Amino acid sequence: MSPPGSSAAGLDADRILIAPGHDAATVTEKISSVVFGRTPKWMFAVWAVGFALVMALLTQLAKLLFVGTGIWGVNIPVAWGFAIINLVWWIGIGHAGTLISAILLLLNQKWRTSINRFAEAMTLFAVACAVMFPVLHTGRPWLAFYWLLPYPNTMGMWPNFRSPLVWDVFAISTYGTVSLLFWFMGLIPDFATLRDRTAHRSLRRLFGFLAMGWRGSARHWHNYEMAYLLLAGLATPLVISVHSVISFDFSVAQVPGWHATIFPPYFVAGAVFAGFAMVLLLAIPVRRAFNLHDFITSRHLQNMGKVMLVTGLVVSYGYLMEFFFAWYSGNPFEIFAIAENRPTGPYKWIWMSLIFCNFLSIQLLWLKKVRQSPLLLWIISFIVSIGMWLERFVIVVISLHRDFLPSSWDMYAGTRWDWAFYLGTIGFFLCLMFLFVRFVPMIAMFEMKHLLPESKVKGRAKAH
Amino acid sequence: MDAAQERPAVYGMLAEFTSPQRLLEAVHRAKEAGYAAIDAFMPYPVEEISHEIADHKKSRVSAIVAVGAALGLASAFSLQYWISVYSYPLNVGGRPLNSWPAFVPVMFELTVLFASFAALGGMLFLNRLPRPHHPLFAVPEFERATVDRFFLLVKSDDEKFDYPSTRAFLEGLGPREVLDVDW
Repeated sequence: MSPPGSSAAGLDADRILIAPGHDAATVTEKISSVVFGRTPKWMFAVWAVGFALVMALLTQLAKLLFVGTGIWGVNIPVAWGFAIINLVWWIGIGHAGTLISAILLLLNQKWRTSINRFAEAMTLFAVACAVMFPVLHTGRPWLAFYWLLPYPNTMGMWPNFRSPLVWDVFAISTYGTVSLLFWFMGLIPDFATLRDRTAHRSLRRLFGFLAMGWRGSARHWHNYEMAYLLLAGLATPLVISVHSVISFDFSVAQVPGWHATIFPPYFVAGAVFAGFAMVLLLAIPVRRAFNLHDFITSRHLQNMGKVMLVTGLVVSYGYLMEFFFAWYSGNPFEIFAIAENRPTGPYKWIWMSLIFCNFLSIQLLWLKKVRQSPLLLWIISFIVSIGMWLERFVIVVISLHRDFLPSSWDMYAGTRWDWAFYLGTIGFFLCLMFLFVRFVPMIAMFEMKHLLPESKVKGRAKAH
Repeated sequence: MDAAQERPAVYGMLAEFTSPQRLLEAVHRAKEAGYAAIDAFMPYPVEEISHEIADHKKSRVSAIVAVGAALGLASAFSLQYWISVYSYPLNVGGRPLNSWPAFVPVMFELTVLFASFAALGGMLFLNRLPRPHHPLFAVPEFERATVDRFFLLVKSDDEKFDYPSTRAFLEGLGPREVLDVDW
């Protein structure tokens, strides 16, 4: 599965970002053909699976709103269950999108270009899935707004701004909004390209509406590039703040296993780790299905594998430090929660699977052969995605189910409604993702053209 | 109908090029020839060209974003201060009502939120977008400005604009084609 034409011009297959032989017209043609072409048959199969899961989601929602959160497995002492695990899991997945589009832009990493649009869409849809959990965990979301959002209400009540849960509302809603702005701004020139490429009258209107009259004027590009750079600069601290704030939900509490200063960086690294796994999980099949090897090259996949390895090692360091903190604190509850209950308690198999998924499996990524193989990368990404879900299970459930008083210890398991909700959001995510792939250019066309050798210009000699 | 008669016959004139290098050279020569009301169009940003067209001035988007960020910061702090100190004072463990360190996360988030809206909104405002119609859209060849072609526009409100001589000048730049842009 080496990219076609990679040996031409003596280029190293591991280095190229865009296959040789492309010019601005062929890049446009290739990427927009996915939007203008016919829907491939396999996509209906994906939508069928996604649709079935969305039906499970809706059934669960109906049951939940009629009966209440009692249909979930949560109770005392584990009052935070799947809903919080899934919230953190989904938000974490979204982080790779912002990292690729913003942080790698600021670091001038050109390899971000063919995957950033795709990853940004993933961010948006992951945030959409994530917010469902805490909102519905409030039980009656339509009554929850007065303590979540500051708006003047007849009760004269306001949110408590000293609570990390209120910070969460602001962090996640800001993150979703800014990601949408960033994504839309990147799409404006590409919508203009689609507008100019279609002969279909109503499509032309639709894309013309979305492009807002973009004409590619140099003056416009001048402002556009500055605005895009600034948005990237704003999104960079934002993405770090979001998972830090989410980790405050835990670390501000006094539950053994939560009350640790390492949580913010450890959560952010875990988010990037999970996010890159999800990008690979989606990009590898899409690349193959639409034959995008010219644009998403082996180098892209290898770089993502490397980022996964690094962030995975940071996360593993976090696991190690949790043991150290527990021991160094000298607090018997901390030592019990981390060093005894996690590795040897009733949920020990979950903890062991976590170490396998997030620490052992990624060691394969040290090998270049593994990073060069899309199949192996896909399998490792799948394992990591499961591992990151298990990590949140370990943090949330294993810490809560045995807290200070042995008389209140209990076991927790998700009910079938919990699973329907979780799998339902995966279906929702899949549907949105493949609608995006079908109807919006999934690779930023104008940024790809910028990578072409023909885009380089030589300025004038000053003496002229 | 005096105003209409004073108006030049065309909106402007376009020269079409096939590479950014040739467009950059054309922009240089047009500026040397004294044309001021010019613009360049390209399917992807070429920094050298946009800097030349913008006369090496910095984009004003950054100022707008700074104002947005300051507004976000100020409104987040004043909202939290007013709620926590005046409207709904809550005694949490005897801590001061104006417990500003606890307000920092929301202040940060709203700063970023307002600044981001300012970035997109400022870009659209400075570019006078959305604009559903423009004389350039009536030129069929211009459709490739968003695909793979590069255009130099000389507007007819330029002081030096004179139909035959401007046309001859543009022809002399070695374009693929010179096109009239009707009103």
